[in-house]
Amino acid sequence: MQQIVNFIIRNKSFLLFLLLFLVSLGFTIQSHSFHKSKFINSANFLTGGVFNMSNTVSDYFGLKKQNKLLQEENNTLKSLLYNVKTENDTAFIDSTRFNKPYRFIPGQIIRNSYSKTNNVILINKGKNDSLKQDFGVITSKGILGIVDKTSADNATVLSVLNTTTRISAQLKKTNHFGTISWDAKSPKYIQLTEIPQIAPVVIGDTIITSGRSAIFPKGVPVGTVAKFNLDTAENYYEITVKLFNDMTNLEHVYVIENTNKNILKNLLNRND
Amino acid sequence: MTNILSVNTVRFVVLLLLQVLIFSNINFLGYINPHVYILFILLFPVKNNRMTIIFLSFLIGLSIDMFLDTGGINAGASVLIAYIRPAALKFSFGALYDHQSINFNTTELGQNITYISILTVIHHFTYFTLETFNFSKILLILQNTLYSSIFTILLCVLITIIFSRKKKK
Repeated sequence: MQQIVNFIIRNKSFLLFLLLFLVSLGFTIQSHSFHKSKFINSANFLTGGVFNMSNTVSDYFGLKKQNKLLQEENNTLKSLLYNVKTENDTAFIDSTRFNKPYRFIPGQIIRNSYSKTNNVILINKGKNDSLKQDFGVITSKGILGIVDKTSADNATVLSVLNTTTRISAQLKKTNHFGTISWDAKSPKYIQLTEIPQIAPVVIGDTIITSGRSAIFPKGVPVGTVAKFNLDTAENYYEITVKLFNDMTNLEHVYVIENTNKNILKNLLNRND
Repeated sequence: MTNILSVNTVRFVVLLLLQVLIFSNINFLGYINPHVYILFILLFPVKNNRMTIIFLSFLIGLSIDMFLDTGGINAGASVLIAYIRPAALKFSFGALYDHQSINFNTTELGQNITYISILTVIHHFTYFTLETFNFSKILLILQNTLYSSIFTILLCVLITIIFSRKKKK
């Protein structure tokens, strides 16, 4: 017994180091699995407050560009309103096509992130605006991510630039669908896999969300095909998609709530 | 004693805020960010208890993780360099460390740079290993470590030079 106590006293700094290192390793592993990070996230009162404050200042630097983006969006909406028969722009989200089950909540990004391997974005809407986990987030140009943690006034969004995010997507012209993921190389490009080899893929094709999960409606623009090749087994395409969104310059977002989600979930569970 | 306490408290808060509000948003060439907050660990008084610095470095790392949603990456890397700090001190300052009389304001610049570089590179290597969490991407890890380390070392050395209080002769 005496020896054990002596051992602990002699190596106390090493033991403390080991303990704290293992704790942080635990947090790290948790953060690498989807929707698991429990305690350490920025959607809390303190960090949200600090970023809100800094955002009130930094907002002004991007006003011109953001105004232009909003004006472009207004422009597309107006042109649609006055020429009902016009063909839809590819970079445009038509909410009337989603017929009602989707509710949109406008929000603002208060901390953007795109240079890490697992990027998380903080937005200024939270539980008070009825945000919950697994709501989709888009911008006027296209897909952005999925809501993860929420606090009263803030929420974290797992960006598409996150190696743990998986979103179902498809070709616009046919219904061949696959999964979007990110290889952590460039914030401009994401990867689309599991598109069957039979699909007629051409460079420049538009990729949209498939609406197969209850998170995003069908038809949210993702990007265009920049490069594609067959995987090693030659059954599926590996497609590099150029995002419509400039992920380094984001400000206004729309959170999508699928009001039919619980019904869909129940239905799926019953079939299992 | 109160002076050391207040100086380090201020340093803790200021470096934390600087890191999360400015240094983590630089994104030089798209992805290079300095991690200047490790200055808190580097410049912590040498005479103080080893347990204290290990615990405090865990705290500052975890606070940064909370702000930046990085899990426990910063905490892990910080704890590691806090633990091996005595070895780095001994290597770069030699006899001075044996006499427990290091004062970072009076040490030579060359020794300071060696000391900062050793701990920065170790910190960044751990950081990017934990961030990528995939040893098959070792090239990506090493590349990130190299670029960010250069940036961090440069800034750390500059800051220590600017804020060092040389004794008046």
